[in-house]
Amino acid sequence: MVPQVPQTADIIRVLPEISWCGFGVLLMLLQPFLKNRQALTLFAMFGAAVGTLSTFYGHIGPGFFGLIQFDTYSLFFHWLIGLVAFLVILASDSYLARERLEPAEFYALILFATAGMGVLASAQELLTAFIGLEMSSISSYILAGYRRESVKSSESAVKYFLLGSFATAFFLYGIALVYGVTGSTNLAQISTADPNSNLLRLGLALILVGLGFKIAAAPFQVWTPDVYEGAPTPVTALFSAGPKAATFALLLRIFTTIHAATDFWFWAFWILAVVTMFVGNLGAIVQTNVKRMLAYSSIAHAGYTLVALAAVTFLKTDTNAETGPWLAYAAVLFYLLGYALVKVGAFTIVSEIGGQGERYLTLDDFAGLGTRQPFAAAAMSLFLLSLLGLPITAGFFGKFYIFKAAVTSRLIWLVVLMAINTIIGAYYYLRVIVVMYMREHKGEIASEAATSLSPTAAMVVIVAVAATLYLGLFPNHILGIVLNQNLLLSAR
Amino acid sequence: MDLTSHLLSILIFFPAIGALALLCLKGEDELFIRRLTFVVSVAEFLASLAMLLKVPIGAASYSLVEYKPWITAPPINYHLGVDGISMFLVILTAFLTLLSVLASWKGVHHRIKEFHVMLLLLEVGIIGVFLALDLFLFFVFWEVMLIPMAFLIGIWGHDRRIYAAVKFFLYTMFGSAFMLVGILWLYSLSGSLDLVTIQAYLQQNPSVLSQRTEMLLFLSFFLAFAIKVPLFPLHTWLPDAHVEAPTAGSIILAGVLLKMGTYGMIRFCLPLFPEASHRAAKYVAVLAIIGIIYGALVALVQPNLKKLVAYSSVSHLGFVVLGIFTFHAISMQGAVYQMLAHGISTGALFYLVGMLYDRRHTFEISEYGGLATPMPWYAAFFLFVALSSMGLPMLNGFVGEFLILLGTYQVHWGWASWAATGVILSACYLLWAYQRVFFGDVTHQQNRDLPDLDARERCSLIIFAVVTLWMGIGSPYITRRVAAPVDAVIQQTQSRYAEEAARPARAVIQAQDSARRVVSQ
Repeated sequence: MVPQVPQTADIIRVLPEISWCGFGVLLMLLQPFLKNRQALTLFAMFGAAVGTLSTFYGHIGPGFFGLIQFDTYSLFFHWLIGLVAFLVILASDSYLARERLEPAEFYALILFATAGMGVLASAQELLTAFIGLEMSSISSYILAGYRRESVKSSESAVKYFLLGSFATAFFLYGIALVYGVTGSTNLAQISTADPNSNLLRLGLALILVGLGFKIAAAPFQVWTPDVYEGAPTPVTALFSAGPKAATFALLLRIFTTIHAATDFWFWAFWILAVVTMFVGNLGAIVQTNVKRMLAYSSIAHAGYTLVALAAVTFLKTDTNAETGPWLAYAAVLFYLLGYALVKVGAFTIVSEIGGQGERYLTLDDFAGLGTRQPFAAAAMSLFLLSLLGLPITAGFFGKFYIFKAAVTSRLIWLVVLMAINTIIGAYYYLRVIVVMYMREHKGEIASEAATSLSPTAAMVVIVAVAATLYLGLFPNHILGIVLNQNLLLSAR
Repeated sequence: MDLTSHLLSILIFFPAIGALALLCLKGEDELFIRRLTFVVSVAEFLASLAMLLKVPIGAASYSLVEYKPWITAPPINYHLGVDGISMFLVILTAFLTLLSVLASWKGVHHRIKEFHVMLLLLEVGIIGVFLALDLFLFFVFWEVMLIPMAFLIGIWGHDRRIYAAVKFFLYTMFGSAFMLVGILWLYSLSGSLDLVTIQAYLQQNPSVLSQRTEMLLFLSFFLAFAIKVPLFPLHTWLPDAHVEAPTAGSIILAGVLLKMGTYGMIRFCLPLFPEASHRAAKYVAVLAIIGIIYGALVALVQPNLKKLVAYSSVSHLGFVVLGIFTFHAISMQGAVYQMLAHGISTGALFYLVGMLYDRRHTFEISEYGGLATPMPWYAAFFLFVALSSMGLPMLNGFVGEFLILLGTYQVHWGWASWAATGVILSACYLLWAYQRVFFGDVTHQQNRDLPDLDARERCSLIIFAVVTLWMGIGSPYITRRVAAPVDAVIQQTQSRYAEEAARPARAVIQAQDSARRVVSQ
């Protein structure tokens, strides 16, 4: 057998990952010499941007002998996670200063995690996906426990690590079973196997469990509230946006490449979606901690996205442009983009309001925000309304396209259940707005947060607000990208 | 640029520009903020009157149409248009917004800038709802309108304002979530989101909608509208929202917001789902009649003056729904007229009740009594408005109710006779309340020195009174413009329904033909 040597083209197709990792390593090396936090922040942001922009240099096609697939689809997700990393680093600056945490490793870990997500988004082979998953997970475990002095942060890290390892084991076991049945871990080759083989189903189901853990789909969601609450808030922003999007990317890629358009997978996603929506929304209702509430809301949103996946598995066989699966892909992609930006913005505000040690996270601490910090309150309201899915926000079009994909597949019941969940969601999102504008604040106020957002956080919030409104008013441009029928080269 | 060709866009977005301008001001310039809002709303009202010149009488189709592609997939267009029905509702909206600004001159004391911004944004949403001809655009305005209204109730309302605001928001969300599903379902069946296109498509291909699908679609729209109207038994948000809302909020809420529901029924439910509308008509009519009587009876026993007016709205809107679902040209004209008349009368009633609250900070009827002595002007205006609300001939309320009952009687005399009791009951609760509040001796010492109307209040009430009287006498001015679109709606409802009914007959004839051919061979 001739040893296969990677070509330049292969390298170019993983250029974003290489840049992110490279800048991460550079940051670690620079740390002893560069004590200026802001310089490190700028450097890390530069790294995130270089990685993201290097996608423009790459060209479409398979890399590393089919281990990865660089297509419009992975391009989109690279932009998404690169943007999230960029914003999270910017938002972390003031947070790290306030909490007196070391910046260099923090940023390096974010970049490593981002590289892992990048691998996830373009993986065309299960073991490569596993590597991506582990890269992002292990960095995430450390990030979750980055506030070493805080008990909650440590708890968060340990929980995430233990349950995450457990889920990874499921994922690996699934890969092993799939390999046992098909003799390959390459998605294209798996897709040629008999889809009705029970062992293959079991293998894929175990993979679904493993990935379901990462996207916080019920019943694999129990870690989410605790981990999200304990982790440093910028990290929570990253968790709720980046890894989730990347894992959805992989999930969608797996279940569109293999023959998943069967009743079995359709009902699997149907049930998963419904359970996840209800668990997330009903859990969120009783929360008084805003950070925790947003954690539950991200479970609910995973459920909404799964609705679109149910539509995908239902539609896979249809080749019509208007009704085909592209619509459902577009729905997922658009949704994840809007959702990620909104969540980053919302958690940034939560991080700023939280004050030192993240002590001010309850609803009561948000009371009267409308008069104390009109800009933060208005932005937060916009984010919450977007999560709720009200018009002229990104969330509305996300919800709209998921509704549309599901209705086109005649999944009326699923849509009705999703509509009911939207209404449940309205209650707890609205409650935060009500508290911010209609209640007076009682008790002490975080001294740092009393006046205004820090400039870096304000920048992040402004970007998120602009993106939310842009996607909500003029979705054409992004739609043009996500509605591309050659989005997934492998799914042709 | 030709302004008139963009008149509708101007009508929608001019208040938004005003709101933006307000945002740039400092919150301390209270008087300037009020004046600026007043000027903006006056300009908006005058601009809305320009529609009267531009919309030809007797035109059944939409005028002043604006059409621009907005979103490519699915094809969503910025499609606006106005006909006789929506024209008057827009004018009513602009009129009541103008008077709401006057009404909150003294009643609102804190966060004045935000209050007026919300008021103007609310106007944007409502006018957008009335002018949108794209289902998606309609939905966007429908939802956007929610936020300023919820804020108006929640921030500037009375004691239980937060509860009322959340309840209002959730009720409406509940309906609109299903309406969105309905809109998308309709889109997936017809391939368009444009009202006119869908209507034509459904008329040509009636087989697209199975009976069950049509009914479900009808219900998904109807639920949203019925909550907004509100139709019994979905009315429970209304008393809370009204009682807790500030005066301006109540005026807009009762005056135009409720009409968005009945407007939606006329514009969407009936023409799009004629057969389902016909099949649902008797249930809807029964609910409407229950609403008429129930609303009136509850109003009768209210100890709270504002709640009394709120329940009277339930009763009056029941008439409107009844008028719509009899599918009779006269009663539907009456329904449209009643929408306008109720907007004026109830708007004025809430304004009057708000004035009383500004002076005494209570709505309890038992706290008043003998007010005619210290406030003769106020008492006179109140009587005038109350009489118009209960449907005294020569005043606005009479025309609508009379036409509705006239039309309904020809379709179903039983409905008409039950509904007519509502007219009697409305006289009972209003006159009884009037007697308790105004006649007799002054029972509470604090009431003895209540100041009578000041110039601002007197002016705005005179405007209300003039409009009330004009609408009672000059009703043909409005009905002439409303008649053609109403006839069009009825025709759309009828023709397809008739076709549906005729289809089996045609099938029988075809079967006979083929049988004959077989025999002759």
